[in-house]
Amino acid sequence: MIPGPFVYHRPASVGEAVGLLAAHGEDARPFAGGHSLIPMMKLRMAAPSHLVDLAGISDLATIRDEGSTVVIGATVTQAALIRSDLLAARLPILRETALQIADPQIRTKGTLGGNVANGDPGNDMPALMQCLGATYVLAGPDGSREVAARDFYEAAYFTLLQPGEILTAVRIPVPPAGHGYAYEKLKRKIGDYATAAAAVVLTLDGSTVASAAIALTNVASTPLFAEEASRLVVGTSLDAATVKAAAEAAKAITDPATDGRGTAEYRREMAGVMVARALVKAADRARTGA
Amino acid sequence: MNEMVITRAEREARLEGMGCKRKRVEDVRFTQGKGQYVDDIKLPGMLHGDFVRSQYAHANIKRIDASKALALPGVVAVITAEELKPLGLHWMPTLAGDVQAVLADGRVSFQNQEIAFVVAENRYIADDAIQLIEVEYEELPVIVDPFRAMDPDAPVLRPDLAGKTTGAHGPRKHHNHIFEWTIGDKSATDDAFANAEVTIKELISYHRTHPSPLETCQCLASFDKIKGELTLYGTFQAPHVIRTVASLLSKIPEHKIHVIAPDIGGGFGNKVGAYAGYICSIVASIVTGLPVKWVEDRMENLSTTSFARDYHMTTEIAATKDGKVTGLRVHVLADHGAFDSCADPSKWPAGFMNIVTGSYDFPVAHLAVDGVYTNKAPGGVAYRCSFRVTEAAYCIERAMDILAQKLGMDPADLRMKNFIRREQFPYQSALGWEYDSGDYHLAMQKAMDAIGYRELRAEQKAKQEAFRRGETREIMGIGVTFFTEIVGAGPSKNCDILGVAMFDSAEIRIHPTGSIIARMGSKSQGQGHETTWAQIIATELGIPADDIMIEEGNTDTAPYGLGTYGSRSTPVAGAAIAMAARKIKNKAQMIAAHLLEVSEYDLEWDIDGFRVKGNPERVKTMKEIAWAAYNSPPPGLEPGLEAVNYYDPPNMTYPFGAYFCVMDIDVDTGVAKIRRFYALDDCGTRINPMIIEGQVHGGLTEAFAIAMGQEIKYDEMGNVQGASFMDFFLPTAVETPHWETDFTVTPSPHHPIGAKGVGESPNVGGVPAFSNAVNDAFGFLGTTHIQMPHDAWRVWEVARRLGLHG
Ligand SMILES: Cc1cc2nc3c(=O)[nH]c(=O)nc-3n(C[C@H](O)[C@H](O)[C@H](O)COP(=O)(O)OP(=O)(O)OC[C@H]3O[C@@H](n4cnc5c(N)ncnc54)[C@H](O)[C@@H]3O)c2cc1C
Repeated sequence: MIPGPFVYHRPASVGEAVGLLAAHGEDARPFAGGHSLIPMMKLRMAAPSHLVDLAGISDLATIRDEGSTVVIGATVTQAALIRSDLLAARLPILRETALQIADPQIRTKGTLGGNVANGDPGNDMPALMQCLGATYVLAGPDGSREVAARDFYEAAYFTLLQPGEILTAVRIPVPPAGHGYAYEKLKRKIGDYATAAAAVVLTLDGSTVASAAIALTNVASTPLFAEEASRLVVGTSLDAATVKAAAEAAKAITDPATDGRGTAEYRREMAGVMVARALVKAADRARTGA
Repeated sequence: MNEMVITRAEREARLEGMGCKRKRVEDVRFTQGKGQYVDDIKLPGMLHGDFVRSQYAHANIKRIDASKALALPGVVAVITAEELKPLGLHWMPTLAGDVQAVLADGRVSFQNQEIAFVVAENRYIADDAIQLIEVEYEELPVIVDPFRAMDPDAPVLRPDLAGKTTGAHGPRKHHNHIFEWTIGDKSATDDAFANAEVTIKELISYHRTHPSPLETCQCLASFDKIKGELTLYGTFQAPHVIRTVASLLSKIPEHKIHVIAPDIGGGFGNKVGAYAGYICSIVASIVTGLPVKWVEDRMENLSTTSFARDYHMTTEIAATKDGKVTGLRVHVLADHGAFDSCADPSKWPAGFMNIVTGSYDFPVAHLAVDGVYTNKAPGGVAYRCSFRVTEAAYCIERAMDILAQKLGMDPADLRMKNFIRREQFPYQSALGWEYDSGDYHLAMQKAMDAIGYRELRAEQKAKQEAFRRGETREIMGIGVTFFTEIVGAGPSKNCDILGVAMFDSAEIRIHPTGSIIARMGSKSQGQGHETTWAQIIATELGIPADDIMIEEGNTDTAPYGLGTYGSRSTPVAGAAIAMAARKIKNKAQMIAAHLLEVSEYDLEWDIDGFRVKGNPERVKTMKEIAWAAYNSPPPGLEPGLEAVNYYDPPNMTYPFGAYFCVMDIDVDTGVAKIRRFYALDDCGTRINPMIIEGQVHGGLTEAFAIAMGQEIKYDEMGNVQGASFMDFFLPTAVETPHWETDFTVTPSPHHPIGAKGVGESPNVGGVPAFSNAVNDAFGFLGTTHIQMPHDAWRVWEVARRLGLHG
């Protein structure tokens, strides 16, 4: 559990960082909180010879309110997400999710950008970003582009991020005031990745679901946007049969691996349970305004 | 304040002796990060060692090519079995009478087995070098399941034992068989079963787990070529034994080996034995003439040095219809992994498994244990328990619940009905032990009253009905356990390690000004000996505990002892301390008599000194006596005030306790919430109630982990699964339940201060309490026995099988 040798860089701007990454190609890696990358380096599952630390780029560490969109810089830590009054008011599900990531030490270092760029299906933020319909801003040698979170993930550790690119920000459309939300995560202990988790954001029109988005964490090689399940609940009063049908639809798109958290069957079933519980909690919150 | 007006109670309190909730003195340095652990020790020129380990669980090694590693700047040496052969150190004896490869000798028998030892200028270079060493393997068929180990066509796992039909513990039945150990009256037991009104039979498995101390195993060897002396710092629970073993293996005379165990970050049995890392560091230091440090990482610790348990216990109880037990029959299949490197007293290949009759008056019993080899890491250590006592307690406590269920009896009532009664002590058990003391009925009743047992059962009944009506998705379990431990190994008549009798020792020296340094053969790894040993001396000798320095772990200065594990320190070293103190007190009495110009027989002890009987104003405090001992001893008496005691205990001690666990299980996720956990312990005389409570909290936390998911698992290829803290369950403060503690006091009649030892009770009693709660929760739905560990997915699978998910 000792990493191999590497050169450490600390650029002061996005341009400089992109330049370094381009210069060193496949041998270089962006380095943010280090709480996914360093464990992999210690196991020698990753052996980058150049680390480009993003911590020196101050404009990546801000949270901006642009009205209908909130823009979160890539190096904003999970702890900062939890502390933000802006997010607490407008995107409370971010705080609820961040609080279920790892432990306080890790959240103090781990960043939103690292969490979503990492490509580990165990990360919690990617599914949440899919649920919220967020887009990622990617900067590369040829300038900047935007990719929807729902399109970004290809397989475990494979994303649309190109070598030489860094993720600079996440743009999140703000759900309407009074929306209901829940992030339900089943895990074995503090510091564990999800056995299965579900993110739900919905709005009600009276007692009828007007809009809904459901996404799943760690039950496939990528995060999953549960399109069919989301569609099923819209227009219903979220009665027990609908909740069950949505859970079934969500389960149907999962393909979990058997691991220490349980068998594939268990983890698939838990995805269903988490969806059902998140739906009920989200609707409850929308109803009561909690 | 005037000394004269100090009350007796104040004098007593000032000592902070036995019974006082004295704060742990060692915590002053630990809580400030100032502990000195092996890895804190840095010697000039120090090199670092690290292992190349096997990818495979079973393979022949065709070739090892270290040339690229040796070419890497900073690499000093690469040691393989070939280099150790001329020294005769490529194999080493184990504590269990087997031999173990230090570095793989042409074959690997478990994944992560040590193949080569790289010595480099720093840890980073050593690890880089490891990546450069090429090992060519020829894979062999693997045995992971102990139930397959003795199949007729099972691959031969130990070619080095070919043709050996006898092992250290008698005949071997198969090429993968290690030993069979039997005890008890077989025919009388068979008769009891033949005539029984009711019997139960169940395979009760205790899965493989690991002690996982926070500080991994490590050492620093420094050989002085000029003096021919070896200094070995290490995380040793038994430093003197390590010195003796090191001397026997290396041929360095024992007085030229200095073994030093500095602060240790937890042991739990993991740090009793000798490991390849020690041998290789010593050899590397001898070869290079420089100090060599070896520090295990977490994965190495979990996957190589000493697992625990892996006992598969087929358990049968015979009983009458009204619930009186009439016989116990247990067969154990013990998975020892690739080498038998159990750390048990040498004559006890299955430890003290014959405590399996537990707290109950079984008229007859029979136990047979078969040890087998598999392609898994070696070990089988006593993880916070006295040699297989946790396995025994789990076995009998689970079985008693199964019997209660079959009889339709309440499990607490069944236990009450079968307890050994107070007047039966000292009690001869059917499997050969003499239980020293106990009052089980009193303890159980106190526990049941404290937790509101009958009310809980009523609540459970109501919840079961609600569950059946579909009103809740939770089921409630009440885990009942009453355990009896056997600790304090042990009497030389039956306990030794490699021929060294299992006594322990203390040396107490009073300085002229009345302060004390005392040294013991025990070695704290977190138990708080610096605090509690001083308390025993404080009470015995009337010197405040704060004026007493306790020193352990330096084999040059400490008297020879067998170390700390198996809850043996208080029963054995604690007794030696009291006995050494009493020798000093005898001499002090002579000196006091001389100073007071009376006969010794006219004196009586009073808290912190001697006073003249009937004339309480005439006193000599221990401090005054200490000064006189050096400067004006009675004519003819040698000056000084010190004593040594080596204590060979007449018997083991038998702590016991009643534990109750109340849990609620969500059948849709399998998640169990511990609502309450109540632990009543009787460890005899209580030296420091706060430390006892801390020990109970720690042991219960481990028991919770083990029962609810802590496991070392292998796939069918023998690949170890999840050997990191991501998967291996070590609860944090968040998961850890709230513990309620309680006690009764039944002193040990044969121990000088009546103390029995407590450190391991909570692990021993805790595991069955959790497991019984899970089993109790599901019992009303028709289950009889659910195997551990009870992590959420396995609990959910039970619910699944029962059709609870619709
Ligand atoms: C014990 C433990 C438990 C954990 N539990 C959880 C959990 O429950 N849920 C969870 O979501 N996470 C968990 N994590 C991971 C943690 O949240 C990480 O901090 C996070 O996944 C990565 O963020 P980071 O800032 O630390 O990124 P780093 O580790 O620095 O980087 C991760 C990867 O992303 C790349 N990267 C980082 N930033 C950028 C960027 N701006 N642009 C392009 N690429 C980038 C890196 O090159 C690297 O490949 C856990 C970690 C640990 C150690």
